[in-house]
Amino acid sequence: MKVSRREFIKSQAAVAAAAAAGVTLPATTQLMAAQGDEGIRWDKAPCRFCGTGCSVLVGVEGDRVVASQGDPDAPVNRGLNCIKGYFLPKIMYGKDRLTQPLLRKKNGQYDKNGDFEPVSWDEAFDVMAAKWKEAMKKEGGPSRVGIFGSGQWTVWEGYAASKLMKAGLRSNNLDPNARHCMASAVVAFMRHFGIDEPMGCYDDLEHADVFVLWGANMAEMHPILWSRLTDTRLTKEGCEVHVLSTFENRCFELADNPIVFEPQTDLAIQNYICNYIIQNGHVNKDFVDKHVNFKRTAENIGYGLRPNHPLEQAATNNGYPDSNKAGEKKGDPMASAPITFEEFAKLVEPYTLDYVAKLSKVPKDKLEWLAKVYADPKKKVVSFWTMGFNQHTRGSWVNGNMYNVHLLVGKISEPGNGPFSLTGQPSACGTAREVGTFAHRLPADLVVMNPEHRAFAEKIWQLPEGTINPGIGYHAVLMHRMLKDGKMNCYWQQCNNNMQAAPNMNEESYPGWRNPDNFIAVSDPYPTVSAQAADLILPTAMWTEKEGAYGNAERRTQFWRQQVKAPGESRSDVWQTMEFAKRFLVDEVWPEELLAKKPEYRGKTLYEVLFTNGVVDKFPYEGKVVDDRGNQYANDESEHFGYYVQKGLFEEYRLFNSAPDIIKKGHEMAEFETYHQNRGLRWPVIDGKETLWRFREGFDPHVNAATNPAVAKGDVLFYGNKDGKANVIFAPYDAPPETPDKDYPLWLCTGRVLEHWHSGSMTRRVPELYKAVPDAQLFMNRKDAQKLKLRDGQLAKIVSRRGEITARVETRGRNRMPEGMVYLPWFDSGRLVNKLTLDTTCPLSKETDFKKCAVKVEKA
Amino acid sequence: MLELVVQATGSKQGQAVMADLDSEQRKGVTRRRFIGEVLTTACGVGLLGLGLGLYSTRASSLPAHYLRPPGALPEDEFNGACIRCGLCVRDCPFDMLFLGRLGEDIPTGTPYFIARQAGCEMCDHIPCVVACPTNALSHELTDIREARMGLAVLIDQESCIAFHGLRCEVCFQICPIRGEAISLEYQHNPRSGKHALFIPVVHSDQCTGCGKCEEACILEEAAIKVLPTHLAKGEIGRHYRLGWEQKERAGGALVSPDQEHRYHLPEGLRYEHGGRGLIQEPIPEPPEAAPIPDNPLDSLNRRGPL
Repeated sequence: MKVSRREFIKSQAAVAAAAAAGVTLPATTQLMAAQGDEGIRWDKAPCRFCGTGCSVLVGVEGDRVVASQGDPDAPVNRGLNCIKGYFLPKIMYGKDRLTQPLLRKKNGQYDKNGDFEPVSWDEAFDVMAAKWKEAMKKEGGPSRVGIFGSGQWTVWEGYAASKLMKAGLRSNNLDPNARHCMASAVVAFMRHFGIDEPMGCYDDLEHADVFVLWGANMAEMHPILWSRLTDTRLTKEGCEVHVLSTFENRCFELADNPIVFEPQTDLAIQNYICNYIIQNGHVNKDFVDKHVNFKRTAENIGYGLRPNHPLEQAATNNGYPDSNKAGEKKGDPMASAPITFEEFAKLVEPYTLDYVAKLSKVPKDKLEWLAKVYADPKKKVVSFWTMGFNQHTRGSWVNGNMYNVHLLVGKISEPGNGPFSLTGQPSACGTAREVGTFAHRLPADLVVMNPEHRAFAEKIWQLPEGTINPGIGYHAVLMHRMLKDGKMNCYWQQCNNNMQAAPNMNEESYPGWRNPDNFIAVSDPYPTVSAQAADLILPTAMWTEKEGAYGNAERRTQFWRQQVKAPGESRSDVWQTMEFAKRFLVDEVWPEELLAKKPEYRGKTLYEVLFTNGVVDKFPYEGKVVDDRGNQYANDESEHFGYYVQKGLFEEYRLFNSAPDIIKKGHEMAEFETYHQNRGLRWPVIDGKETLWRFREGFDPHVNAATNPAVAKGDVLFYGNKDGKANVIFAPYDAPPETPDKDYPLWLCTGRVLEHWHSGSMTRRVPELYKAVPDAQLFMNRKDAQKLKLRDGQLAKIVSRRGEITARVETRGRNRMPEGMVYLPWFDSGRLVNKLTLDTTCPLSKETDFKKCAVKVEKA
Repeated sequence: MLELVVQATGSKQGQAVMADLDSEQRKGVTRRRFIGEVLTTACGVGLLGLGLGLYSTRASSLPAHYLRPPGALPEDEFNGACIRCGLCVRDCPFDMLFLGRLGEDIPTGTPYFIARQAGCEMCDHIPCVVACPTNALSHELTDIREARMGLAVLIDQESCIAFHGLRCEVCFQICPIRGEAISLEYQHNPRSGKHALFIPVVHSDQCTGCGKCEEACILEEAAIKVLPTHLAKGEIGRHYRLGWEQKERAGGALVSPDQEHRYHLPEGLRYEHGGRGLIQEPIPEPPEAAPIPDNPLDSLNRRGPL
């Protein structure tokens, strides 16, 4: 709405007069008054929610976020938001924000069975540090403690936590909730390309002729990307949309080829497509000869269950300790062996149309249509996937099989052609993956198992040689098992809600957290389910209450400034991590042998060694942050520590991905200040230029025909692998570990809804979103409901071997379930669906399969 | 060991307090209040016979946001038939029906609901209708999808964020006649150039007027509102028919079909009647025959490797 100054003054006057007279004006007049508010300071920030990475403008008045708008200059969303993004200003102002540390106490002392009482930060960290030191004195030392982080952490929050754990406490027990989200995607990227994250970018949404969605409900989970995809379908002649899922989700509304398949048979469908491509002579021979190696993955790898589970006892390649041979392991699920193209062809040959149609219960014509679009050299195809692939007991395989399909036909790394793994969280890429907050990772794709990588990290971090622990730490699911078994005793959760999110709450998560031997700290802005189950709650600054950076699914790194102060004594995660580091003397946590190599560190705190090391504390803080328009912003961490904390952490992090001596090229980023001046840049950023499509000469600066004689113009080079080739790795269909039977006859799938983010701790505190979707409903097929004499809206009991919850039946809602399958979202703290789920993971990625377990439904 | 009281705090009521919902808006009819209302009504009927008549004459101009329960007869007939017994209100399992009270712009003791506060949940077995002793809520209504409590109208397209391209669709998502009473129409967003608009469209032949869309609309003031049908619907001139609909209904042209058209055209151009009109693209060549020479000797005597 364009409003002249005159109209504006008039409307202001009218509002004032109306208020005085007690009159309500028509809505449009009030709206005009709101928009004309001149006291608002606007600044940009990425949205707090999904991996799309929309940018918003945040309006602040009187140290409060009072307004927001989609950022019209942001290339991702061009001013648009979804319904969650629309309500961003309200997420910080729930009435029950935590403002003080809270510790369980009895008679003035910490007591695991006491009630929460407010304590000072000093007392909170004193008690916590004492618990950590006590635990680290037990057998196993540093493996007794761990941090569980987040793909919603800012880049520097992840970096600081990684440094505290891996460099300071010498424990690799650092894992993010991204383990539940895209660990399978990471494994497949590393196995097939030797470097993480998608080769394409969102511009693929305008350049493709065909979109294939494999277990990605983009219509609800990546709403703005979906509106781009829909627009291409509407405006581009010949554009087709194929949607595969185990039930009809909202993407089916746009589908030309809607495919509902039997759970887990996606593996077989992919192999059928490979078989079709080979049998019909559509292999891009030129491409395959030059750029592809063929391999075959290790099989019989188990299901990531506890070692005493019969399925793991039977597995021969799960990598677990071998009970028959002391000190040896049962194979390696990550292993693969080289094969020839002909052998590969032979391996996919059994996946005929007849066999796969029967297995997957998909009509043949639909499967054939799908295979043809991949095979047709004239059609540009982008495959999108998210949790349907990643949360899968064969998640790494099913991700990898998608690469097999694209590599066979050479449809990759060019506009409109490519496999595209979408991420769920705003910084699953930027923080969890790129910074390396996984139990096996270091920044910029380096890993703790590799001595060269450890040495490089130790050099940057100024650590004595041998500081970094070479053993992989506990992953998300293993942390809960170790807590339950008493082998890990201190757990610090930041920026997520794992009691609600992790699988098998009744048998693993909850007993682990409440184990009397353990001390659980939870940093959160709100009293979540996790906070309820913790021993210490640390009130946390969120989103624009701190300076931050996120990296979205298309490799775009976006920054924001602190807009407002956090309420009460809330502090950001980076503040908490750095402040906690002050509680440890190096002498307490390092062996003499290490100290002897760096005697100057003796008597210093981990804070001094890690953060006032001359690099992190290099940039002075002038008491304020000023933007190019002269607006001023606070920065509470820098104020507290006395230097520009975020800049120092980011610039040290850049030594891993952008310095001249880096081990792995391809993650280069621009300088800190650059990102405050733009709507994000897609890495690798070299000479200030972004990279749109990786591995392709002309697009990717690392593939340069002018400097590398082995590369032709427009050619590809998969430089993540030493031989410059990508891997096609055969992986077969394997049945899932728990399937419906006569006692538990239904599949249960969990997931999200458009209106709520993850566990709902923010969006359920927005009254409008709460009202739009108050409770998680049990989506089920009408016939299944009728068999149980259940009507819509009736309360049903959902029971698995591990627990039971109740929810109201919905047969006509957004998700149309096939017979034999139900869907229950996990946002609702009133019905914790993870009481039902099974803690089975992909044995490679250790990511849980939240999409398949067996339940029964009864009248409540 | 400490008990985790998630289940209890997570109930709808518990969350409502937490989520700062206006509890007044959500208040159900307690048994006490229900009895109180019925008594008031009985007194009203007894003592204020004249007053009842007064309300009844006004009734046909019920305020637009007062909606009647499913199956209600046309307003005047309803007011004659309804004996103000309150049984429909009592039997509503969702407590979203109210009885008109003295001083309200609705006949005292008659049932109504306000969509913005709580819409009708459209129970399969329609307990309010079953409870009605007089057929004021017509027992002929046995399929709740046939109910016509009003008609949803997307009344303010300026405020509705879907019209600006935001991905809301809450009304579409919550509509119990999914995809039929409210559908989404995809349109290109010329402002962003890259995104689609998902425009909610109400279909009067399917909408029951349950009001869930108005209840759930996330705007401060709902952009979609359920209105009494006579206020919501326009009516096309009785003389006019939509030709393409008539043709489809009849399964062909109502008069003799058009004859074949022929045109003067320069070579290489085509004209599609009833289709694209003038087509300037070259006519596609017939597929080339395989490169096999007519004379077998040409193949046999060809030099070079096979």
